[in-house]
Amino acid sequence: MSSETQVGESPLLSQFRHGLRAEQIQRALRDIAAGWERRELWMTLGLHDVRQRYRRSKLGPFWITISMAVMVLALGLLYGQIFRQDLHDYLPFLAAGFVIWGLISSIVNEGCQSFIRSDGMIRQLNAPVSIYAYRMLWSNLIAFAHNVWVFFGVALWYGADLNWNLLWVPVALFVILLNGLWISLLFGLLSARFRDVPLIVGSIVQVLFFITPVIWKPEMLPGRALLLDLNPFYHLVEIMRAPMLGQPAQLEHWLAVLSILVGGWAITFFFYSAYRWRIAYWV
Amino acid sequence: MASIQLENVSVSFPVYNAATRSIKNRIIQSATGGQIRSDSTSQRISVVQALQDINLKLEDGDRLGLIGHNGAGKTTLLRVLGGIYEPNSGRVSVAGRTVPLFDISLGMDQESTGYENIILRGLFLGLTRREMKARMDEIADFTELGDFLDLPIRTYSAGMQMRLAFAVSTSVVPDILLLDEGIGAGDAAFLHKARERLARFTEKVSIIVLSSHSDELVRNMCSKAILMEHGQVVHAGPTEAVLERYKAMRGF
Repeated sequence: MSSETQVGESPLLSQFRHGLRAEQIQRALRDIAAGWERRELWMTLGLHDVRQRYRRSKLGPFWITISMAVMVLALGLLYGQIFRQDLHDYLPFLAAGFVIWGLISSIVNEGCQSFIRSDGMIRQLNAPVSIYAYRMLWSNLIAFAHNVWVFFGVALWYGADLNWNLLWVPVALFVILLNGLWISLLFGLLSARFRDVPLIVGSIVQVLFFITPVIWKPEMLPGRALLLDLNPFYHLVEIMRAPMLGQPAQLEHWLAVLSILVGGWAITFFFYSAYRWRIAYWV
Repeated sequence: MASIQLENVSVSFPVYNAATRSIKNRIIQSATGGQIRSDSTSQRISVVQALQDINLKLEDGDRLGLIGHNGAGKTTLLRVLGGIYEPNSGRVSVAGRTVPLFDISLGMDQESTGYENIILRGLFLGLTRREMKARMDEIADFTELGDFLDLPIRTYSAGMQMRLAFAVSTSVVPDILLLDEGIGAGDAAFLHKARERLARFTEKVSIIVLSSHSDELVRNMCSKAILMEHGQVVHAGPTEAVLERYKAMRGF
């Protein structure tokens, strides 16, 4: 192995040119498709990830449910007072928002780690690297399946209006997951190369929690602020929260989410075909 | 029909340190680049040429040994063959189901039972859950672990874990097998049984590429060998001749 120092072009640029050829684009597509084929593997790994966190505890993954319930009740009672809200109305709103926020924010945060965390496997296993993104989504979906009962518990207790609009929830969930897949491929890739990315994303997500109407309602904001409409998390939360609370989500939210989906996948596809082949070298 | 063909394959890694991996430095670098020439270090990136112009052709029945000192590029070459590293330039065409067996206990989960781990390892090797269930009895029999298979493997001794990993990894015969330093297997009593199984297993594999520092292992397993140095193939041929050459090079 010889080590030499080269002056000149950044390797990122030369790799980029190598990566952006028709054959690489096909390989990126095949990687994502073949990753889906290996679902038995990533489903098992995702399940193990969840179990790992709660192993040998008596209640196991139900701690996810319990800690979410405690959080919702405590915050709900406090902020219900602060905002002078009717709890019958406010608690189901908060529970739904919190459960959805938990899903989206952990997809974004863990998405950054999808490749970094599996470095050992990536360097030893000849599987498509997209399986690590699917694995992260699957473990978050399992956590969501535990959390969502908190919402149903609260909704039933306060007699919230659960109606046929609930059928929109799985559709919204599916679209959120499709967004989650590009997020974890793109941010996972960027994070593998630039290790500050997970830290930057983490702090942005933290701020967004307060900017996004999860504990406060959009109506509380005097005049529809631009801040609200430009926040992608608001639209992502809203397409799922509205049907959970018995309302169809407004068209503008769906349009926003679908354009995030298309735009996000376009950018991801560009980067993923250019740099996917370097991931094994970076992790 | 398994085959491997490498044409002019080169792999190089830029070496990133904390400085080049941080965005701050990149932004500063791009802002100052071209103006402050005195800071020439930020313009330079160390590049390790791990493989250089490798040409290789393997067909059914080939047993190839990779020889060379540490850092000669043996493991990198195995990773290229396994499709883990895509080369910077050159062509790689591999036909056949390839299994890289660098660490036979990769993916084993300490808190899961022996049975669960058999399935898990199988999924790693590219099999389905159903295919693994069909092999379960045979594998369980071979490990001789009996009731222990119902316990989490963290309760196993190192030797017992090794038996399990060995039994699963040798139960699936790939077309192409990539080995880093052979396959180890447990205690002396088990060793004899393991050796037999290993012999039967490796016999059925079409192509084996083994990287090893043990002359003994390479001599026993491989008919051909290549000697690598600084990421290049310096000598290729029948195992004995290549080993002789390596010995001469080392100076004893």
